[in-house]
Order: sequence, then C-alpha cells, then structure tokens
Amino acid sequence: MHMADALLAPAVAATMYVASGVTTGVSIKELRLKEEAEKIPVMGVMAAFVFAGQMINYTIPGTGSSGHMCGGMLLSALLGPYAGFVSMVVILAIQCLFFADGGLMALGANAWNMAFYGCFIGYFLSYRPIVKSKMANMKVKLILASVLGCIVTLQLGAFSVCIETFASGITELPFGAFAALMQPIHLAIGLIEGLITAAVLVFVYQTRPSILEVVGEEEVVPGKWTLKKIAVVLGVIALLIGGIGSQFASSNPDGLEWSLFGNEDGGYSANMGLDEEEFGVASSVADTAASIQEKTAFLPDYAFASNEDNPMGTTVSGLVGSAIVAILAIGLCTLGGLFRKRVA
Amino acid sequence: MDQMTNAMLELADLDALSKLDSAVHRRHPLVKLLVTIAYIMIVVSFSKDQLSALIPMVLYPVLLFQLSGISMRVCFYKMRFILPLVCAVGIWNPILDRQVVMQLGALSISSGMISFVTLLLKGVFSLMASFLLIATTNIEQICYALSMLKIPDVLVTQLLITYRYISLLLKEAGTMMNAYSLRAPGQKGLHFSAWGSFVGQLLIRSMDRSQNLYQSMQMRGFTGSFYYARESRIQKTDIGYLLGWILFFLLLRYVNLSVLIGNLFV
Repeated sequence: MHMADALLAPAVAATMYVASGVTTGVSIKELRLKEEAEKIPVMGVMAAFVFAGQMINYTIPGTGSSGHMCGGMLLSALLGPYAGFVSMVVILAIQCLFFADGGLMALGANAWNMAFYGCFIGYFLSYRPIVKSKMANMKVKLILASVLGCIVTLQLGAFSVCIETFASGITELPFGAFAALMQPIHLAIGLIEGLITAAVLVFVYQTRPSILEVVGEEEVVPGKWTLKKIAVVLGVIALLIGGIGSQFASSNPDGLEWSLFGNEDGGYSANMGLDEEEFGVASSVADTAASIQEKTAFLPDYAFASNEDNPMGTTVSGLVGSAIVAILAIGLCTLGGLFRKRVA
Repeated sequence: MDQMTNAMLELADLDALSKLDSAVHRRHPLVKLLVTIAYIMIVVSFSKDQLSALIPMVLYPVLLFQLSGISMRVCFYKMRFILPLVCAVGIWNPILDRQVVMQLGALSISSGMISFVTLLLKGVFSLMASFLLIATTNIEQICYALSMLKIPDVLVTQLLITYRYISLLLKEAGTMMNAYSLRAPGQKGLHFSAWGSFVGQLLIRSMDRSQNLYQSMQMRGFTGSFYYARESRIQKTDIGYLLGWILFFLLLRYVNLSVLIGNLFV
C-alpha cells in the first residue's frame, strides 16, 4: 500500500505531512520518554523486529500463495498506540530511504495510511475494547481483536489511498472504480494480516503475557465464548450484512459502469457517451453468451428473475450471494489442496 | 537468494556507497537533503500533460550519478517496488483517455499515453533523487541533518537504533528461516501452524535484546539522545550548491527547455 511520490500532488503530500506530523508530535508528547527512557531501545528494536517480520513469507492455507505482514496492529499491541505509531513512522522512513519502497514526499501519506489507522483506530476501536472485555477467554479475544482490527484498518488505509490519488488528479480512473479495485484486495490482505498478528499475539500471551500492553494491566478472566461460537457469530454477521445491507444497495450503477455510461436518472450525463444497451461488440458468440446468461442467471441484477420489483429479491440475493461466494471459496481451497497433493 | 539476505546486502551496499569520496559525497548532509526535497517537490508539481517540460529534469540525477561515481544500475534495481504500483495506477490513462493529441506518421498519440509516461517519469526521477541522497550520505549524516532541521530527538534516535538493529534481526530471522526450511523441504514459506511460534520466538528474543541494549546504553551514560562525534559546518560551496540547484530546478519548472532546444532545429 506504499504510495509513491509520483502518485501525489504537492498539496496532497503536504496536507498528509501535516496530519502525520501532528500525530507524531502528539505521540512523542504522550510517550513521556524523559521519564521512561527504557522505552527508547525497546521501540527501536521492536521496529527492527517488525521490519524483519515483514520479510518472512507466510504460506496462506489452502491457496499455495504467500502473504506478508505490515505490523501496525502488532506494534500497538506490544508497545501501545503512541510508541507503535512512532516506530511505524521510523520503519516507513527506512523503507523509503534505503529500499525505495514509498517516497520522501509520500512519507506523510504512507504514515497516515499504514501507521495511523493500524496504531490508533485498530487499537482504540478494536484491540483495547475487545481485549479488555469479559466476552471470552484471552486467546479468542486476541484473535477477534486482531482480525477485526486489521480488516478495518486496511480498509481505511486503502480508502485513503484512493482519496489521496483522486485528489492528486494523476489517474483517469474514476474514484468509484479505483475504490472497487482497492477495497476487495485489501479485505483479503487485512484478513491475512489479522491472522498473522493473532498467531503472534496468542503465542506471546501463552509464553510471556506481561509483554502485551493491555493484557499486563489486569487479571485475565476466562470467558464463556469459545472460538467456535465466535466463528458462528462472525458467520451470522456476514450473512446479516449481506442480507440487510443489500436492502440499501444503491440502484445507481457502480463506479466503472458510471464512468462508462453515466446515470442520466441520477442527473449525470453519460460520461463517456456510451450507450449501455448498445455497448459491446455484436457477434453471434456474444449473442449466444447473452442467451446462456439469461437462462442461468436466476438472480439478474440481484433480484429473483420472476419478480424483479420485489425488494425482498435483493435481500435474498445478498444472502444467497454470500453463501455462493463462501462455497466457491471453500471449493477452490479444497481443489487447490487436492491438486497440490496430487502434484506432490 | 532469500529476501532477508537480499535486504542485508542492499543495506551493506548502500553503506559502502555512502562511504565513497566525491564532490557530491563531500557536500553538507543538510544541503543534500534540502536539494533532494526541492527536486522531488518540483518534479511532482508538473501537471500530467507537461511531459516535454518534465524531461529536462533528468539532468539533475544524471549529473549527480556522474559526479558521485555511482552506477545507475543499482538504482534501477531498487525501482522494483514502486514502479509496478505507479504502472498499475497510470495504465488506466491510455485506456480511458483516448483523445488524440499528436500524430507521428501512422502512430496516434493520445493524451492518456502522455499522462502515463509523465507519471512514470515522475516516479523514476523522484526515486533516483532519493537514492542519490542515501547513496552519497550515510545514516549518521542524515540523522545529523534531521536534527539540524529540529526533527525531535526521539525520532532521530529511533531511526539510528532501528537502522542498526535491522541488519542484526534480519540475520537472526534469516538463520531461523534457514533452519526451518531445512526441516520443511519444498515448502514455499512459513506454514500456518508455525506463524505464531516462529515470529513469537523472534519477538521475545528481540524484546530481551532491547533490555540488554538499554542496560548497556545506561552504562555508557545515555540520557535520551545521541551525540555526534563530528559536527560539520555549512561551507560557502555548500550554499552555492544549494542555491545553484534550486535556481536550476525553478528555471526548468517555468521554462520548457525541450521546446526551446527543439525550436533551434525546427
């Protein structure tokens, strides 16, 4: 998610520098390092540890590919949000100076997108409240806090990248289409980051719990929630979001469609002057494909084919869609596993 | 070669480059930092259709590569992280913006193509400038320049400690990864079941290492910030270097040198 200098206009880069600079100033003040000088080497070595951790390839189960960690949430959990933020800024500065990953002008934006959300939003909105609650045992709470925190913060970071790029006016890609590309990718990245963070925090909790910032403060109370229960609740939440959320699904076309065809009903003229009905290449193959799609699409435009005006159609589509995607994902993982076993 | 060894070698190479002796290496670190910032700011301020005006900005890195005696090849290798991202964002411009602005024989050049190339060049130029800064200035000098700019001591100290410990922890993580790979042949990365224990072990050892470091720093009388053994003063040549480059950048920003040269021949 590292932004390059070329992707930012000077005004946007300066604004992000001010935002990150103020956050760094506040963090340094909150750290009170004059009184607690032992934090200085700990922060430095932990930043170096996260840097080394970023170089490790983590095999993603069932896919055969590997992922990497970013480390913002992990640093916050170990050092607290203020020390975590300062350490992340240092990591980003070293990455941009010595490894050309990022840029000098883009450092402010990168600190905001990757350190601010991970260290503050992830910590105060997810990690601290969940770990301090009595909802489950500590292992489950650490997993839940890490996964939720990383998903939310990566989504916010990716959305910030879209806003900054759009505000800089360097790409012709419409904002909606850019966000539609960025957000789903970072959903997967966030999940992997969350799982890595959770695995490390659970190990540290089991071997040396005093290292964890919040855990060390209070007595650990075993909760009534198990990992299975949490997984079921997360599944139900996903289904509810798919079901209820799709009730409010916009009838306006999405970003890429909007950029191609516009939305005259919504008051926008056709952006690229293309006619949605006539767009595409007329051929016998295309006609055959369209007729196959008409027959197989039992939920055209997310509604039941028999009753397109029924809003319940959209809700059911959301639910069915969530289930199909889940089944497809599991199927792909299983197939991938079988294939690799056969190859081996 | 694994990523960790690669990263260690890159750090060592840069460290060695920064210790060379040349007219650029001898300039004051603060002056080099300010010139780099000014260059990048001016490069990114060109609008997406100012390709011909942007091209002469290449003179600064090209000249500096020659003066410092550093190979451009090392710099191009470093572009592997950033250029794909810049391409991914810019590649949409030729697709979505097809307005033809120039005809070169049978080849139609759209404004999308121009904005894409402009974006790529901005990425390459700014990266070359950052690389030249770090290849001609070592980390202690950079930190000294940052403290002269009144960057808080905490940040500067963190930068120094982290930089020093990166090589150490990369080496440790590399050794662990080698040991793991020997026990898990044919495996692409770290298995899911070992994520926690592998990284957790490294973390706990790093935490212990930081405690030892703090104790040794205290023994040496550490009071919260480092002192630099050799403070350097800004010379007249440094001021000339700074003003000369900034004037040159401003000139290129407001005068299209490519068009001027082109007019001489067309």
